[in-house]
Parts: sequence; C-alpha cells; structure tokens
Amino acid sequence: MNEKGQTPRETGQLNIDTNQTEKAENLLTHGFRDIKDLKTKGKKAGLHDLPVKIEVKDLDFYYGNFKALHSITMNIPEKHVTAMIGPSGCGKSTLIRCFNRIYELYPGQRADGEIGLDGRNILSSNEDLNLLRSQVGMVFQKPTPFAMSVYDNIAFGVRLYENLSRGEMDERVEWALRKAALFDEVKDKLRQTGTALSGGQQQRLCIARAIAVKPEVVLLDEPCSALDPRSTAKVEDLINELVADYTIVIVTHNMQQAARVSDFTAFMYLGKLIEFDSTDRMFTNPREKDTEDYITGRFG
Amino acid sequence: MKNSRNSINRIRSNINMNLYRRRRLANLVILAGSMLTTIFGLFWLCWLLITLFGHGFQHLALSVFTQPTPPPGESGGLANAIVGSILITGAGIAVGAPVGVLAGTFLSEFAMDSPVATSVRFINDVLLSAPSIILGVFIYSVVVVPMGHFSGWAGALALALIALPIIVRTTEDMLKLVPNTMREAACALGAPRWKVTVAIVYRAARSGILTGILLAIARITGETAPLLFTALNNQFWSRGLNEPVANLPVVIFQFAMSPYEDWQNLAWAGALLITVSVLVLNILVRTLLRGGARG
Repeated sequence: MNEKGQTPRETGQLNIDTNQTEKAENLLTHGFRDIKDLKTKGKKAGLHDLPVKIEVKDLDFYYGNFKALHSITMNIPEKHVTAMIGPSGCGKSTLIRCFNRIYELYPGQRADGEIGLDGRNILSSNEDLNLLRSQVGMVFQKPTPFAMSVYDNIAFGVRLYENLSRGEMDERVEWALRKAALFDEVKDKLRQTGTALSGGQQQRLCIARAIAVKPEVVLLDEPCSALDPRSTAKVEDLINELVADYTIVIVTHNMQQAARVSDFTAFMYLGKLIEFDSTDRMFTNPREKDTEDYITGRFG
Repeated sequence: MKNSRNSINRIRSNINMNLYRRRRLANLVILAGSMLTTIFGLFWLCWLLITLFGHGFQHLALSVFTQPTPPPGESGGLANAIVGSILITGAGIAVGAPVGVLAGTFLSEFAMDSPVATSVRFINDVLLSAPSIILGVFIYSVVVVPMGHFSGWAGALALALIALPIIVRTTEDMLKLVPNTMREAACALGAPRWKVTVAIVYRAARSGILTGILLAIARITGETAPLLFTALNNQFWSRGLNEPVANLPVVIFQFAMSPYEDWQNLAWAGALLITVSVLVLNILVRTLLRGGARG
C-alpha cells in the first residue's frame, strides 16, 4: 500500500547491516544483548534500555509570546544517531537549539522545563553557556566558514579551551580534518581562506571544526540541505563514522536520509513530539497515524 | 516566425496592448528622467572640479608644502596649515574612532533592540544631522572658554564629535550585515561573546568598519565652522596642539575672503588639496569595499 514507505525502509535496513560491526561493538560495551534484537524486534525496550545522554522533560519554548514547543519529553540515547523529522515549523530545529542554548543569543526566546545532560539541568541559570557549548557542538544548515584560513577555522575553537603546542595543534587539525573526510582535499590549502572551498567542503570543514573541540554531543541542523548528492553522501558516511564516539542528533527534511543515517527517529508536528522510536519501527510500523502519513508523503 | 508570433498574440486575448504600451511609455519617461538628473548632478560636480583645478593647479608649487603661510605680499605656502589639519584630524579620529566603533558594537551586538539602544540610536541620528557650527559653539563653551584660549585640542574634539555619529552608524550597519549564522557558529564552539565579536564579527566586517572611519575622515577634513570656534588659526608654526593651530579650512576661509591676490591663490591651492585628499580617501574606500566583498 505504501510504495513510498518501502524505499526508505529498505535503504534503512541496508545501512544498518553495513554498520553493524561498528555499532555492535558500541552496543556491547553498554551491555546489550544482541544488535539484531534491538533492530528487529525489541525496539521499544531497546530505546529505553540505552544509556541516556540528553533527558528532555516537559520542555516548553517561547519565541516572545508564541509557544513553539509544547511539553516535550524524550530521552536521547548516548552514542547513537537520533533523527528529528517533521514538516517545516514543527519545532525540530527549535528543540535541538535548546540542547546548547544557542537560542540565548536572541532576546525574547526562552525555554521552560528541564534538559538533563550527564545528570545536570542545563537550563538552570548556573549553567556556564560557553562550557556547555564546548560539550555540545552544532553544525548549521548553511556552511559558515569563518573568514580565516582552513587551519585557523579549526584551531579557533580548540584554542578557546586547550593550550596546545604547535605540533599538537597541527595533529589536532589533521585529526579533525581526517574525521570529516576532508584532509586529502585540503591538505595543500590549509593556509588558504576557508571561504574559498566548495559548498560541500565548507560544510565538512564546519563539521571538522565542531568535532575538533571534542564535544560529546554533535547537533546537526539540516546539514545537507545546501549540498549536492555527492557531498551529502560524504556527510552521511561521516555521521556513521562519528557515532562511535559521539551522540548525534540530526534534523532533516529528507526521509531517506533519516532512514539511512539514524538509529532512532522522532516525529514532531505543531510543536509536539508525536512519536519517538527506533528508526526501523518508525518507518515500517509507526504507532501514530500522523507519523505514517508524513513518512509516506501523504501529509501537507 | 512573424506569423507564429501573431497567432500567439491572437490566442492570448487576455493581453491589453494599450495597458502594455502605457507601461512601456512610463518606463521610458522614468528612465529618461533619472538619466537627466544624473547628468545634472555630474555637471555641477565636473564644473566644480574644473574650476578648482583651473584656479588651484597653477599655484600648487613645491613651496606650498614647504613654507608656512605668508603675510600679504610675501611668498609662502600652506605647510603649517597642512600639518595642522593632519594633526587636528588625526587627533579627532583618534578620539572619535574607538568610541564610535565601540558604541556601534554595543548597539549591534549587545543592546540590539533594548530601550537603551533605541534611544542611543535616536540621539546618534540627531547628532548626525546637527549643523557642525553648533558642535563648534558647544566645544567653544565647554573647552575653549574654561581653558581661556583657542587650541588644537579643542578643534580635535569638535571634529571628533562630528566623526563620532558617522562611525557609530556605519559600524552598526556593517556589523549587522554579518549574518547571524556566523555568530551562532562561533558561539556553538563555546566562544564567549566578546571573543565572537572580536575574532569573528569584526574580522568579517573589518573593511566596512574601516570604510566608515575613512568616510568620517573625508567628512571632517573639510569642516570649517567648528574649527573657527576652536582651533582658530595661526600664521606661524604651532608648538603643539595646546595653542591655536593653523589648518587648511580656516586658512582657505581667511585667505579667500582677503583682498590680496597671492592669498587668494593660496586659498585655491588649499581648496584643491582638500578636494584631492577627499577624492583619494573615497577611492580608497571603494577599493577596500571591493576587496572586502571578494574576501
């Protein structure tokens, strides 16, 4: 009945298989039974059994008087990819912008509720925003290279919190660029300005920059929406690579992308969290009618 | 070819040719009008430049740059006035630029739409359009009168007051051109707000901010009225900015109004000098902006 729904499911399955080894290792360290159990039947149990990295509880968000998020409660599992899907304006970007409190740059935006990160409430006024953001990195929709060299783009964030020698910094920059699958393309251009790179390279530079500071969580806000398919594939490979070390939350408008890269998927609509479950289940047998309609493309 | 076009027009009965012709006519009239007004503006500018060069260029001898202003009937130059102008302008910008850039930064990066920002912005706009003679009189009453004498410092302060609102305005405008995504990206790395401003936002807007400062310099190099009340003039070399200082605008004012022909000639040379330096500053601004847009 839902031909459109078949494709992402199949791709999703395929992807899970190819990444099995990486993730299995990861899962085993946290004491899970068997990856197949998690992926094919006990999804609900799986989600609840995983160690939680970000614990959202009764979160409301306001743009001035407009209430954009309504009492969101969800547990984002550690060292997995969680995808946020939903129609434009449903609040998925707003939600992840709460995880590093980047919304605080704008007066009039505020969040009520609790967001637990490693057991502390990051919405409390005691939270040091700069330290929080060094722990929770973010990559944005549009590539935002700084007007400085490729090298300095990456070193900028590292220098804020670490006192590295020249050699150590060189190593860190190379490490981050390799992680972002960019090193081979830019190794001769490290002194050139980052704005001269192509769009796809710029976005990978931004990802390299975000991971160079060694955060624990990486938030990706539609990281591929401005990229061509080939660059998108590179970024997706990268996500699969990074999940071994980082908790990743990705906002995407692309169903196939959510199916390909994520372990868990949250569907949001009109500022509410409608359903949150394993990606497999969400794309094959969602509990909610709205979720199914959206995923199969029958939704406005 | 022609046939097919006609047939298209026949099919598209919704097109009213009269309306279309009227639009084309309106377009033509507006286009011609704007071209004529451009030519009108350029005409006066060219005439002004031709007159200036015609009268001033022949008197632009080396002595203009080496000798101080002479008494009537003797040979001399404008050296003391040129140096005085550079010193007063430099001191004025040295005061006005840091304050202006910081205030512009405050407005754009920190105060944003708060009531404080709104009122500062309003006052700045008032200052921006205040007649310069009023600023001169103001400095006269708060600096010159208490000190008991005219001085280069007072002149520099008056010029700083004129440069300040220009720099505040351009700095704020240029910083606002830096996309918010850039600030978010830097903040998301854990950079504190001041670091984001200095290392990322300033860097992205630096050619724009520099442009604002250069435009302010161009504006104050020709200001006469505020200097009449403050720096006054000096026929000789000054020992410092703590006494009346010769400067080009006031010298031009004094010499051009005089009955002596050699003074008048020097005034023409001075006027040409100021115009050329403003021209050079503006060209510098355009080059900078173009370079900034590329980077």
